[in-house]
Amino acid sequence: MTRSAADLATGESARVVRIVEADEVSRRLLEMGVTPGVEIRRLGAAPLGDPLEFELRGYRLSLRRKEAEQVEI
Amino acid sequence: MSTAALLKTIRVALVGNPNTGKSTLFTALAGVRQRVGNYPGVTVEKKTGHVHHESHRFELIDLPGTYSLAPRSPDEMVAVDVLLGRRDSVGPPDVVLSIVDAANLERNLFLVSQVLSLGLPTVVALNMVDVARDRKIEIDVDALSRRLGVPVVAVQANQRVGIAALLNALSTAARGLARPNHHPFPEVFQQHARELTGWLATRQPLPHCLVERLLLDSDGYLESEILNGAAEEGATKLREAREALAAAGYPVPAVEAIARYDWIARVLDGVARRPDDHQPTTSDRIDGVLTHKLWGTLIFIATMAVLFSSIFILAVPLMDAIDGAIGWLGAAVESRMAAGALRSLVVDGAIGGVGAVVIFLPQILLLFLFIALLEDCGYMARAAFLMDRLMAGVGLSGKSFIPLLSSFACAVPGIMATRVIENRRDRLATILIAPLMSCSARLPVYVILIGAFVPAQHYLGGVVGLQGLVLLSMYSIGVLVAIGVAWLLKRSLLRGSTPPFVLELPSYKMPSIRTVTWRMAERGWAFLARAGTVIFAVTIVIWALAYYPRSEERVAGDIAAQRAELAGDAAALAEFDNPEQLEYLTASLHQRYSFLGRAGQWIEPVVRPLGWDWRIGCAAIASFPAREVVMGVLGVIYQLGPDVDVGAEGDQSRLQDRLRAARWDDTGRPVYNLPVALSIMVFFALCAQCAATLAVIRRETNSWRWPVFTFAYMTALAYVGALVTYQIGIRLI
Repeated sequence: MTRSAADLATGESARVVRIVEADEVSRRLLEMGVTPGVEIRRLGAAPLGDPLEFELRGYRLSLRRKEAEQVEI
Repeated sequence: MSTAALLKTIRVALVGNPNTGKSTLFTALAGVRQRVGNYPGVTVEKKTGHVHHESHRFELIDLPGTYSLAPRSPDEMVAVDVLLGRRDSVGPPDVVLSIVDAANLERNLFLVSQVLSLGLPTVVALNMVDVARDRKIEIDVDALSRRLGVPVVAVQANQRVGIAALLNALSTAARGLARPNHHPFPEVFQQHARELTGWLATRQPLPHCLVERLLLDSDGYLESEILNGAAEEGATKLREAREALAAAGYPVPAVEAIARYDWIARVLDGVARRPDDHQPTTSDRIDGVLTHKLWGTLIFIATMAVLFSSIFILAVPLMDAIDGAIGWLGAAVESRMAAGALRSLVVDGAIGGVGAVVIFLPQILLLFLFIALLEDCGYMARAAFLMDRLMAGVGLSGKSFIPLLSSFACAVPGIMATRVIENRRDRLATILIAPLMSCSARLPVYVILIGAFVPAQHYLGGVVGLQGLVLLSMYSIGVLVAIGVAWLLKRSLLRGSTPPFVLELPSYKMPSIRTVTWRMAERGWAFLARAGTVIFAVTIVIWALAYYPRSEERVAGDIAAQRAELAGDAAALAEFDNPEQLEYLTASLHQRYSFLGRAGQWIEPVVRPLGWDWRIGCAAIASFPAREVVMGVLGVIYQLGPDVDVGAEGDQSRLQDRLRAARWDDTGRPVYNLPVALSIMVFFALCAQCAATLAVIRRETNSWRWPVFTFAYMTALAYVGALVTYQIGIRLI
């Protein structure tokens, strides 16, 4: 079964395999440096459970759970 | 001949990611010599400035902060157009200044790579080198410059360090000797791009870099925007090329990000090093607390509470002072001028109009101060992060939260704060519902009517008061209706796919006083210059409607008739002849016979179902420029004079007494009762009676369509709301 960045536990990191679908979200993810092979680490979530906070390429990025599900790891 | 004519002008376009200190750098370069305007047809602000350095005059164009040059909307197209000299109002830049955050170099270089592909002379400003050093990020600036093939200058924009070196580099680069030739794409992609450029050359010649962008633009926006000569054939060509690329393992648009980030990895290899171990920085530790489930939420609520209450605590005395000063000025002018139309125009029209504009300033400046502080220290993005889940419920995002919260103080800064929302549909939805938040100008209307007509009953041992509950429900009505309207808008006029949230959480830093003050002053000025003129004009128009035509004879006749009725009652007559009373009665009668008064009587059939008489209708029309004016207008109508100070206890109770005593002209029944008071409050809670707000919507959307829409939908809602309130009210109470 494939996993996505949304499945990462807090503090866990993984390498991105690909971005699924080719829509506005995927395009933005790619521009922000979420490209195949990059290491992404989950830092936590907002108090209401969504969105999630990640670290990659030395900076912090917040993605909604739905968006993180498009990031296959 | 002046020296200015001898200077060579160099046009510089400034591009960069958000959170790189771009506007700080712009201010460090241009200082106060900035001009703000609009590009026609889009909502993007056009910011230009200039600076003299040695023998050059630099003309600076600040482009909106962006993560990418791949346009998906007319607003995003502006940056590409300006860079390529495709905008008539701005000449082509001689040199591009690309600013990057040294502490976040890898991601920032993506935009630099796109800029370099344009083939224009470029200089990179490596900003926040001090922050990078603190985080033990080592960057070899010379090596970076060699790898990028363009000059790189280390700067600290907030400290104005490196500015002279940057200007020198810009003037050298502007000679255009070194043009970057940067195409990091795989050979097969470049082949297709060259082929397309050649094919288009005979049909619709486009620069090669734009053809590359065209090929990468899988959404079809750019295609529909710039392919006009060869639209259909071109579209087929593009589709074929993209299919061929996908078959070769380079699917569009992923190929761009992959190719550019690969290139970035090669550029930075051995040039920049960041510590490998995940040593938490100070910023990380702060973030741990501020986004913590419990502490983060509590601190957020506390911050918002402080922000909000300080606006009331700090701004209200200032507003009272301005109000007092305007009143004093009016009285001073009045006592020095002869009575007549000119005096009335100066005192009630001009001074009143200026007063209506500047009275907003304390709140607007304070709100902008807080917003600028939150933006500059990096908390703004966290607020959006924390509130996103809540706002997503109505189809908006966390970025709409602060603008909407600010609108409870005043919709003007709230609407101007929507610039942080990059998605056009979300931004418009937020702008359109912001005026529904009960702003501080509605408060006096609520306070007077509640004080006069809502019984001071208390429940639960005095903890909950009925008056307080009614006040709370007025605020809630606005919020609930706003939720409904947002929901509807996102399903009708502003329908579309959910925009990406994908939000950078910048690292925390000490806010720079310079940047914060500048941003506050800039927005305050924008309000004065753009909205101020509209408010002033509207105030003068309303003044004229309330002043003309002068029916001196009719007024004199009415007064004589009223006096005749009192004949025989010496005490009543003495009171009637009190000069002040007589003056107020005259003003009241003049207003009744003015265009405004006639309009009020004319619309009475329309407002009667709301329980209103013509006087209230008249006050509603007159308060179009600013809803808080309604109490002053009622003050004139009820013969209290124009200077009813709703803040002063005595005046407030006098107005309340008059309201209670008011009778219908025909039946003699009291005009005001609880259902009528509630109906007026609901009307003012939902209406768009604020020229400042409408003027700012016009400015921010760059079109008259949206302010007209806002006024129409809010007035309709207000009417229906007041109607329902009154009709249910008279049946229940």
